[in-house]
Amino acid sequence: MKTENSKVNGIQKKYETVSSDVLIIGAGGAGLRAAIEAFDNEASVVVVSKSLLGKAHTVMAEGGIAASVANVDSKDNWKVHFSDTIVEGVYIGNWRMAEIMTKEAPDRVYELERYGALFDRTPDGKIMQRAFGAHTYRRLCHVGDKTGLELIRTLEDQILHRDVNVMDEVFITKLFIKNNSVSGALGIRLRTGEIILFRTKTVILCTGGAGRLYKVTSNSWESTGDGIALAYNAGAELMDMEMIQFHPTGMVYPPGVKGLLVTEGIRGEGGILLNAKGERFMLRYSPEKKELDARDVVARAIHSEIEAGRGTEHNAVYLDISQKGAKFIHQKLPGMYSQFMDFAGVDITKQPMEVAPTVHYQMGGIRVDPETCRTNIKGLFAAGEVASGLHGANRLGGNSLADILVFGKRAGLAAAIYSSKTALSSISTEEISKEIARINSFANKKKGLNPQTIIKVIGETMSEKVGIVRDGKDLGLALTKIQALRKKAKNVGVSGSLKFNPGLLSCLEVEGMLTTAEAIIRSAIARKESRGAHTRKDFPKKDPKFKKNILSYKNGNSMKLKMVSVPSMPDRLKQLVKLEVY
Amino acid sequence: MKELTINIFRMDPAVDNAGKYKKFNVPVQEGMVVLDAVRYVQENIDPSLALRWNCKAARCGSCSAEINGRPRLMCKTRVDMLEEEITVSPIRAYPLIKDLVTDVSNNYEIERRIPAFRPKKGAAQPFLINQIDVTRSQEFRRCIECFLCQDVCHVIREHNTNYIGPRHAIKVASLDMHPMDGIDRSPMLNGDLGLGFCNITKCCQEVCPEGIKITDNAIIPEKERAVDYKYDPILRLARRLRRGSSAK
Repeated sequence: MKTENSKVNGIQKKYETVSSDVLIIGAGGAGLRAAIEAFDNEASVVVVSKSLLGKAHTVMAEGGIAASVANVDSKDNWKVHFSDTIVEGVYIGNWRMAEIMTKEAPDRVYELERYGALFDRTPDGKIMQRAFGAHTYRRLCHVGDKTGLELIRTLEDQILHRDVNVMDEVFITKLFIKNNSVSGALGIRLRTGEIILFRTKTVILCTGGAGRLYKVTSNSWESTGDGIALAYNAGAELMDMEMIQFHPTGMVYPPGVKGLLVTEGIRGEGGILLNAKGERFMLRYSPEKKELDARDVVARAIHSEIEAGRGTEHNAVYLDISQKGAKFIHQKLPGMYSQFMDFAGVDITKQPMEVAPTVHYQMGGIRVDPETCRTNIKGLFAAGEVASGLHGANRLGGNSLADILVFGKRAGLAAAIYSSKTALSSISTEEISKEIARINSFANKKKGLNPQTIIKVIGETMSEKVGIVRDGKDLGLALTKIQALRKKAKNVGVSGSLKFNPGLLSCLEVEGMLTTAEAIIRSAIARKESRGAHTRKDFPKKDPKFKKNILSYKNGNSMKLKMVSVPSMPDRLKQLVKLEVY
Repeated sequence: MKELTINIFRMDPAVDNAGKYKKFNVPVQEGMVVLDAVRYVQENIDPSLALRWNCKAARCGSCSAEINGRPRLMCKTRVDMLEEEITVSPIRAYPLIKDLVTDVSNNYEIERRIPAFRPKKGAAQPFLINQIDVTRSQEFRRCIECFLCQDVCHVIREHNTNYIGPRHAIKVASLDMHPMDGIDRSPMLNGDLGLGFCNITKCCQEVCPEGIKITDNAIIPEKERAVDYKYDPILRLARRLRRGSSAK
């Protein structure tokens, strides 16, 4: 690391410089898996993350990894998994990504086991698999209800035993692009307030989702759409941003934990949903798959029951697993037991839980090439939740953990190969100084507007107007609101220095949150149909005209949208999937 | 609206010679946890208040603090089970960065020193393992690395030894008790990693938010293994013979 000075307007601006072949932003499952692969392919690797190493949102993944290892249901194979993924993504998912993911997921699971992960076992000693919504077979390899934690710890262990430079608690504020290729990034080390210039040949964005745009979400503090905004500002294309997954079951009470995830594993293990009148309402909405239909179907059903006045006093429905008995619940769902016991005082071995939909996942994101995860910017890659294509209009449970492992590895390999053929390019001092000045402008600003006032309104606007059921009028109002907030956001600032100042971090996040929100709303306005997770009251039907992907990208200072055809599947795959009906 | 009073430790070691507690009043919500109160202060009263939090679901282990003197997760401590006035301090076993945030980076350095999982030689893949054999190691894998056990450990707090602490002792145990692992780390744990300094006061397992029986199920068995290893006359003889034959 070396220290450099740059001078702009007579102000000295100090920063450290870190150089690498591959810079990975985000240390969740995708980032760590990418780091392993890039390192093992001879690249020098730096991983930065907003939170501490090992705390990424991946730790909250509960149910399991979807992979057709067929340990429990011998009929399962990648073709069935492929068909489930395409059909439940309502036919706008990328066929090649789905093919790659379903073919490679079993290898990634066994590789995790070779790295030391300990999965639950079948009676004959193989990796145990559980049922999950809309998966034809029992397919999710799991560790109780803490699969994500095991995944992160296992990958963390691998990273710590490789010569990978992990710089945690660093927030990246800007990517530098020269001649349509990546040249570096600028970040702030939260612990000290130091500014760091990253000179790099490639960047892999693994920053996860944007659930924190909503008031009620299962997402961590970190999920503010940072990677989406970095990519957008760098000139990368976003895709299907309107596709926000509402997980059917989030906690509702007490208010402090509203939105917290209640794993689909509960339904997978036999939990049933009841309305306030005690009716098992899923029999009406989905007589065949019942509680285990796709997430969009179950979430809409719960929403409708509550809207029809059949909800509980806290605007929720009941989820009941108590019939399975205490012993079973303690073994299969220990996390859920303590979550309800500690936070709500509810003993789920005896009582039903109150649940309602919560914002959970972003199917849309950065548009990537299926084979290599590269974007339209040279040297810029994206993997995991921040990327788009695999899940189409609705993600199946367990497919996200498969996604991050499969495409994390592919992105790491592609970035290593690309960087071996590329030289570091220079970054103009003027651009660096401008960005450093921008960061500084938010600090030591006693009269600045508290960024939380804006973040709160974003949350309310998104939850109320861009929620589970949308309509054109509300979406229009939401867009106006977000544009007004953008003007207001120019005044944000906080007291205190650059050093570990959460208020400053919020100032830096706000603009990206607004950009991400704008892309979601504009795409939601453009999709005048109901498909998967995107439900329009004013266009309640699915429409063949919209069997498209919606791109959003930066054009000058404004956001442009473009509809593109969904890449058409080759015949060998077409025969695996039942025809779409309208 | 009902309010509670919360005293929050404030200090930036780069600027201040000593820390001080600052008093804030926060409106009470039903089911509120300490993290809600601290975040209320950060979001509405003083945005520069340094704190760490992430999942708010007791799954990531970021928001460790000492609440009324006891190491706890802020997200898992309901205010209605505490006295009316709440005091929140940073965990004391680690160097202070600012306010409630400490430097826990040495934990990653320790983890680098613990040999990673290495499959037994010749083990057929994919592994066949019985559920009963994974259960033991899985207990330790519930660890969320909140480091509260490290914080409460008097060996770490008061003595300058090479003991790596309870978090890392269970990490070693989780690897040693992995049915397919091919390395025995207990000699290292009891040697360089200083487990001998632990005098099994069990404070660590008392504060573990995951309820892991750190002392009973990891530390004591690992200590017993070391004793077996060192003093079992048959093992000693076997080692001597092995050394003898390899010398030839």
